[in-house]
Amino acid sequence: MAGQSTYVPATGFTRWLDKRLPILRLAHDTMTTFPTPRNLNVWYTFGGILTFCLGVQIVTGIVLAMHYVPNADLAFDSVDTIMRDVNYGWLIRTVHATGASMFFLAVYLHMFRGLYYGSYKAPREVIWILGVLIYLLMMGTAFFGYVLPWGQMSFWGATVITSLFSALDQIIPHLGTAITTWLWGGFAVGDATLNRFFSLHYLLPFVIAGVVGLHIWALHVPGNNNPLGIDVKGPQDTLSFHPYYTAKDAFYLSLFVILFAGFVFFAPDFFGNPDNSIQANPLVTPPDIVPEWYLLPFYAMLRSVPQKLIGVLVLVGALVTLFFVPWLDTSKVRSCRFRPLMKQFFWLFAADCLMLGYVGSQSADAALNLGGTQLPLVWLARLGTAYFYAFFWLLMPLIGLIEKPKPLPDSIAKPVLGGKGERK
Amino acid sequence: MKIAFFALALGISLGSAAAEDTSVPYPIKDVHWGFEGPIGTYDRGALQRGFQVYKEVCSACHSLNLVGFHDLAAPGGPGFSEAQAKAIAAGYKIIAGPNDKGETTDANGNPLTRPGILADHFPPPFPNEEAARASNGGALPPDLSLIEKARAGGAAYVYSIVTGFGQEPPPGFKVQQGKYYNPYFAGRNISMPPPLTADSVTFSDGTKASVEQEAHDVATFLAWASEPKLEERHRTGLEVMAFLALLAGLLFLTYRKVWKDEH
Amino acid sequence: MTTATEPEPTRRDFLYIATGAVAAVGGAFAAWPFLDQMNPTSAVLALASIEIDISSIQVGQQVVFKWRGHPLFVRRRTSKEIAEARAVALSDLIDPVARNANLPDDAPATDANREYKPEWLVLIGVCTHLGCTPTVSTPQAPQGDYGGWLCHCHGSQYDTAGRIRKGPAPQNLAVPPYSFLSPTKIKVG
Repeated sequence: MAGQSTYVPATGFTRWLDKRLPILRLAHDTMTTFPTPRNLNVWYTFGGILTFCLGVQIVTGIVLAMHYVPNADLAFDSVDTIMRDVNYGWLIRTVHATGASMFFLAVYLHMFRGLYYGSYKAPREVIWILGVLIYLLMMGTAFFGYVLPWGQMSFWGATVITSLFSALDQIIPHLGTAITTWLWGGFAVGDATLNRFFSLHYLLPFVIAGVVGLHIWALHVPGNNNPLGIDVKGPQDTLSFHPYYTAKDAFYLSLFVILFAGFVFFAPDFFGNPDNSIQANPLVTPPDIVPEWYLLPFYAMLRSVPQKLIGVLVLVGALVTLFFVPWLDTSKVRSCRFRPLMKQFFWLFAADCLMLGYVGSQSADAALNLGGTQLPLVWLARLGTAYFYAFFWLLMPLIGLIEKPKPLPDSIAKPVLGGKGERK
Repeated sequence: MKIAFFALALGISLGSAAAEDTSVPYPIKDVHWGFEGPIGTYDRGALQRGFQVYKEVCSACHSLNLVGFHDLAAPGGPGFSEAQAKAIAAGYKIIAGPNDKGETTDANGNPLTRPGILADHFPPPFPNEEAARASNGGALPPDLSLIEKARAGGAAYVYSIVTGFGQEPPPGFKVQQGKYYNPYFAGRNISMPPPLTADSVTFSDGTKASVEQEAHDVATFLAWASEPKLEERHRTGLEVMAFLALLAGLLFLTYRKVWKDEH
Repeated sequence: MTTATEPEPTRRDFLYIATGAVAAVGGAFAAWPFLDQMNPTSAVLALASIEIDISSIQVGQQVVFKWRGHPLFVRRRTSKEIAEARAVALSDLIDPVARNANLPDDAPATDANREYKPEWLVLIGVCTHLGCTPTVSTPQAPQGDYGGWLCHCHGSQYDTAGRIRKGPAPQNLAVPPYSFLSPTKIKVG
């Protein structure tokens, strides 16, 4: 909660600095004494984990940029040089590529935490909106980054996604083609495209860092939400961020890093696609073009509709929907712990996202074999997309009105220090 | 009567099950490799024999553009000494730059060449894609530097392909003109003729050169070509995981100590 | 949590110190790859030493090769050039040290200390002033007063053993590590 600073500089130097640039005061107030609800669980550690991920991607990325060549004839070989010749290049490149997947794993857990505990509800709407903005910037950064190795999937993924804009030709003739030509810097994805994607891939992470700063600033105005979803009533409900949450975050971060290292050292190709180890060839299309796993649910939504323009609108609409969440949910109760009906639809939503991700990974004409009859996966994608939209536009508004929430505890402190509060 | 009916039904169902879906390749062979698993390493002997197979058989058509001669002497690889790698390099002809007169070809129109040095990469068998296709009936033999990363199944895929020739195609399957039947290849029509026969090479360490041995060794060599840092990666991984386990343990104890009175 | 200052680290503090130390060590090991990646790659190192065929170099001729990104002068001296170099007294030299990587650092800059065989001079062609490439002096086109090299950037002049004689350069042209593999082949680096 924003309150009076209790920082007292202890030395002559720190007193001098505090009068000119109160940066130590800021660190003290935001990361040391900041009163944090005492009942935060493991799902609240992902903010710190995400900051770590951003740092790792930026540092490994800057170092990779010392060796990578953003030219269509040289890019693929420059990545191979990094893997073979640059000292520890294999490690830094694998950390960067795996790190992107870990970054999205953490962001999805972070976002689902926010949905489950109602962290998007008043007065935290702006935190949520900034978060959605960060998520979109991450998707852009990842998209540009995946193009850089200039493999088959890099090239064709870029071609498919940038070509989506040509759907606008159906609204205003020639507009879509003008936009794609402008994006490509030519008549197809090529060297000009690669160079500008490299520039933007280098730029966006710093934009993300700026928005993360705003995101944390906005968080520090009301303070953290908590698993009970009820407001902090006083100091008995909080603990200082340091050492309680620095210690907790450090421990859970180490577990996350163990998972990260497991992939880097023992399954470096787990998230990758073999086609991206083949140099880009504009004349040969791979049999199945798929994005990285973290974009698959949206890919499924895009392909669920045969018409390109409608598919694009469905995809964009799903992302735009996220901005409206604080106002779509009508419930007065924040946390799904006390919302028995919403809780079930939440888990169904989570399963829906996983199902859409699976469908996105399969080829467009794939079908499920159900004891003799074939069910084309595209029907599952349509069902999944419909539920995605229904969850936000129908269920969130309606359930808040008709649900009978469980009684909320009196305070944060009582269930934690006294009797056990309701588990999960 | 009932028995006859069931026998007939069984016969029909078995008969229809035998009609293969030839649009799908066979699943790759279930072969195991010493370099699989978290502590796997490459068999030096297999790498050197595999290099010999590549050099004497595959390099006639397949380039290995991204591998340098100095890589042959690097740790985690075939384990040639620097002198041996230098000698291997010197045995290759590398296209040389213009001479003092500015010529790039000799009197017969052939490109000027010089012996390879450690810093050179393996020179391709054909000067460009068009020449490669012209020599191979229109098909392009892919570069093998990353082949095992570029194919699902990796080493097992390469092994399956090179040992997958010689089978009878199922009835009704059309083998295209100029191609060969290989059920492990997508579409089952492959442009590459069977590359390996028993004793295609004579291994310098005396190992019997059966087709399976040659295939196993060249697949191991190509695994190294795709992943020269595998051994270093595994070794570093074990050290890192041990360290992280220790750190996580200490952080856990710290976390519990800090929170002791607050739970 | 108390903030009492204890004179002796307690068991609790020992845990914190141990954790911090392990994390710091881990951080140092993690930082090393990021520093080491800027070192020359194995591809660059493979070119760190080159073998040169000197059989076609005529007497009185210099050929320039490329070694580790720098020009490498290989000059086949005439007997007049050798005699001129031998006639110079050490006290006349601006830089009295041989600057020969094949000899100890303090070897004097006698002509004999500047090469293995009197006929063959192998020098790094980088002026020791600010790094320009000096121009070789030939009887047909003399450069400078000492018959060796003249650096056109700021006027440094080198003699027929590549030693600095006039001008702003502080040191003799450097002799790289090299050896004769055969009478017609030298390995540099």
